[in-house]
Amino acid sequence: MGGYAAYVWSSYGVSAGVLGLCVATTYIRLAWLKRQLRRRETELDDPK
Amino acid sequence: MYRWFHQLGSPPYFYRLARRLEPRLAIAALLLIAWGVYGGLVKAPPDYQQGEAFRIIYVHVPSAWLSLFVYTAMAVAGAVALVWRMKLAEVFVTAAAPLGAAFTFLALVTGSIWGKPMWGTWWVWDARLTSELILLFLYLGVIALNAAIEDRRSAARACALLALVGVINVPIVHYSVEWWNTLHQGPTITRFDRPAMAPEMLWPLLWCALGFNFLFFWLQLPRMRYELLQREARSRWVARELGSE
Repeated sequence: MGGYAAYVWSSYGVSAGVLGLCVATTYIRLAWLKRQLRRRETELDDPK
Repeated sequence: MYRWFHQLGSPPYFYRLARRLEPRLAIAALLLIAWGVYGGLVKAPPDYQQGEAFRIIYVHVPSAWLSLFVYTAMAVAGAVALVWRMKLAEVFVTAAAPLGAAFTFLALVTGSIWGKPMWGTWWVWDARLTSELILLFLYLGVIALNAAIEDRRSAARACALLALVGVINVPIVHYSVEWWNTLHQGPTITRFDRPAMAPEMLWPLLWCALGFNFLFFWLQLPRMRYELLQREARSRWVARELGSE
């Protein structure tokens, strides 16, 4: 890609990084919320 | 059709449908983007003027299109939320804003990376670049507004209003290259009467753009599911769904 390789690869790298971060945060947040809700359900069902 | 639309407004129905659709959307998005990127990086010949640097368009143009599409979709959903008070439309607006901001950020950053070798500068206060930057600020405004108001329904309605007011910027971004004398090039792809790109360069771009659309919907669905779970945490259907997963 000649002298432009660094520009091309950095734009693809930034895009993959940002979109990958979007995917990861989306599913981590969802999994965390589900865990919290499940824990609360268990506590409500089985109060100490 | 009307019945289906009505059914779609029901949070438990939507939650189940979204969960089923997500893997299919993910596969479609990844395959289309992979195919488009392969075509753009490997198959397409270098541009006669820009050389290899033109290959940045395969991430820049889809990101820029999505930045406009997501905001327009948010404005439409915002109007539905304000007029019909549909819960899912409210959820759509608040869930889409961070994704739209990500696409806008990518459009600006990849455009800047392309600008350095082509224009000799990372940034110019050109009408297209400035209006796109304002779009990013509008997205950030929606995100901040959503975070600042504690009551979820009030927050969503405020965000819907901002999305609706801010949509005026979308045609400004789109037509900025025609209305003003800009350094940014004029429309290339939307001129179907006089195609300005060779088909072997154009097709990978269209695959990438379609892939980015699928990517948006793939990520939008779990984000909407998150908002729904948060809002309806005390509903019986949430306990049922969590138990069945």
